[in-house]
Amino acid sequence: MTYGNRNPLDSLDPTAMKEPKMPPTAPPVDQQAAARFAPARLDVVDLTASYRGLPAVADVSLTIEPHRVTALIGPSGCGKSTLLRCLNGMHLMAPHATVTGQVLLGGTDIYDPRVNPIEIRRRVGMVFQRPTPFPTMSIRDNVLAGVHLGRRRGRGTHDDLVEQALMRAGLWKEVRNRLKAPGGGLSGGQQQRLCIARALAVEPEILLMDEPCSALDPISTLVIEDLIKEIRETCTVVIVTHNMQQAARVSDTTVFLNVEYAGVPGRLIEAGPTEQIFNAPQQRATEDYTSGRFG
Amino acid sequence: MTGIPADRAAAPLRRGRGRGDRLFHSGVTAAGTVVVLVLLATVVFIVIKAWPAVSHYGPGSFLSSDRWAPSDAVANQADPNPYGILQFLYGTLVTSAIAMVIAVPVSIAVALTITDVAPQRLRRPLSALVDLLAAIPSVVYGIWGIFALIPALRPFGDWAATAFDGIPVLGTVFSGPFSGVSYFSAGVVLAIMVLPIVTAVCREVFATAPCAEKESAYALGATRTEMLRMAVLPRSRSGIVGASVLGLGRALGETIAVTMLIGDNVLSITRSVLGQGATMPSVIANEFTEANQPFHLSSLFVVAGCLLALALVVNALGRLIVRRTGENIA
Ligand SMILES: Nc1ncnc2c1ncn2[C@@H]1O[C@H](COP(=O)(O)OP(=O)(O)O)[C@@H](O)[C@H]1O
Ligand SMILES: [Mg+2]
Repeated sequence: MTYGNRNPLDSLDPTAMKEPKMPPTAPPVDQQAAARFAPARLDVVDLTASYRGLPAVADVSLTIEPHRVTALIGPSGCGKSTLLRCLNGMHLMAPHATVTGQVLLGGTDIYDPRVNPIEIRRRVGMVFQRPTPFPTMSIRDNVLAGVHLGRRRGRGTHDDLVEQALMRAGLWKEVRNRLKAPGGGLSGGQQQRLCIARALAVEPEILLMDEPCSALDPISTLVIEDLIKEIRETCTVVIVTHNMQQAARVSDTTVFLNVEYAGVPGRLIEAGPTEQIFNAPQQRATEDYTSGRFG
Repeated sequence: MTGIPADRAAAPLRRGRGRGDRLFHSGVTAAGTVVVLVLLATVVFIVIKAWPAVSHYGPGSFLSSDRWAPSDAVANQADPNPYGILQFLYGTLVTSAIAMVIAVPVSIAVALTITDVAPQRLRRPLSALVDLLAAIPSVVYGIWGIFALIPALRPFGDWAATAFDGIPVLGTVFSGPFSGVSYFSAGVVLAIMVLPIVTAVCREVFATAPCAEKESAYALGATRTEMLRMAVLPRSRSGIVGASVLGLGRALGETIAVTMLIGDNVLSITRSVLGQGATMPSVIANEFTEANQPFHLSSLFVVAGCLLALALVVNALGRLIVRRTGENIA
């Protein structure tokens, strides 16, 4: 097979990802919210990300549409996390990490030296695999942690902001009476939603999630999956998951990455509407993976 | 060795190592016993040696006076006690306080530089360099202090001696003239001497801050400073207290460098940190070889006993604080 070095988008109908063929699960975008929350679109162009000069993921080109949930799937080690961390510049925080290519946020390359990386990380938030509430802070302070940074001030009083963020993260009802309690006292699933609330409080345009449910029980997982579908109304979501059912349940668009063997970079194999990736993949490798024949 | 049942049950399994085990066990027990005995023997010895002066003058009289005048001591006269030791307590506390005020913030900054700020390849050398400061002998710090540090401190000392005139508390604390050898100079050298230990402990503590929390802070748009304030410093509070207490323990007992730099003024409390004084260790080191007056040597043992008690109290208090803050975080 020669798919390894080709730009997989070449083989796709160029309009497939952008225009009319939206999956049946396309989000019912709330007009009001859309007016206030207008995420920029994200274009990845020929991106290669390396550690110590060794590419971990190579030649990725991809468009992430606003108000969509995009799932990154693929076998372990294929570079899903690396690609995700390239989308807000966090990749460069790893020692000896480099990128080539472009990540265009609303048309501006986030790796342009004139762009302030902090501003990018505020516009593109991130939630990690394990919940990471700040243990010495109360629930309230955790939610406001990002809001208090720099010159940033929320609209209205902070009480509003805390309530709003916790509502959007589906945690408000459970913690409204103990906002002063330490965030570490919550259950794992609640902690993860607290982290989502903390990321949403900064009002990012795009929220990146790296296997946000892999450390959680099935019920918490379902709660967070429901949540993701709601967040989509205000914010674009990119989620890494190794759980194909989860990708099928929550995402509008699916991106399949693969790595032939350890030591070569992972590559984008196929990207498209989730329906199509799971039911009518155009690449053999995609079909093998989604049907569980390997990985 | 006592043959508890569990021991006997396990015995067949380790028949081959039985003797080695027993030897090791008795060795460890013996070493532990020796440590306890040495500590006890030290305390008992100090009490015995201090006893003549304490019983002659009464225990309270040492801590109610700041006049140390061995030449006024008369064998059969108990009042007034010429061996007041308040000024030594004052000297020890003031020099240690100056040291901590300077050393703790600097150590935190240096430790953060080593763990999170300096370029990756400079971190190990920097860390080794700080550790090396601990290898410099105390007496070298003393002589360096006299010939290098004091001249360097003089402009600040002279300025401070007049700058705070008339201001209530500061005016007294910094009343002039700056005498060169002084509490202040001794405190600054102490700060440099405790820096390595405080830095080393802080460094270990900061290094345990989870990467995931640091990344979360960055992902929220934190600058490096904001990340340190959010994800590293709050959870390190108890560790910083622990590091400071260890440093304080060193500062309280440090002798030679302080003796060389503090001016050996035993007569009474000098309030100004720019003036000369003495500490509990410094008076012992200065006088024990020529303590010929009645109850002189015995009174030095009273000072030693107080120093030991102070060190124990500080350590116990420190541990208590560390445990409390530790519980709050967990
Ligand atoms: N910090 C790092 N330093 C060096 N190599 C890394 C680092 N993180 C990931 N890699 C390598 O990059 C490749 C892709 O890893 P990753 O993006 O974590 O894959 P995935 O999330 O799909 O499992 C792997 O081969 C991994 O060993
Ligand atoms: Mg991963």
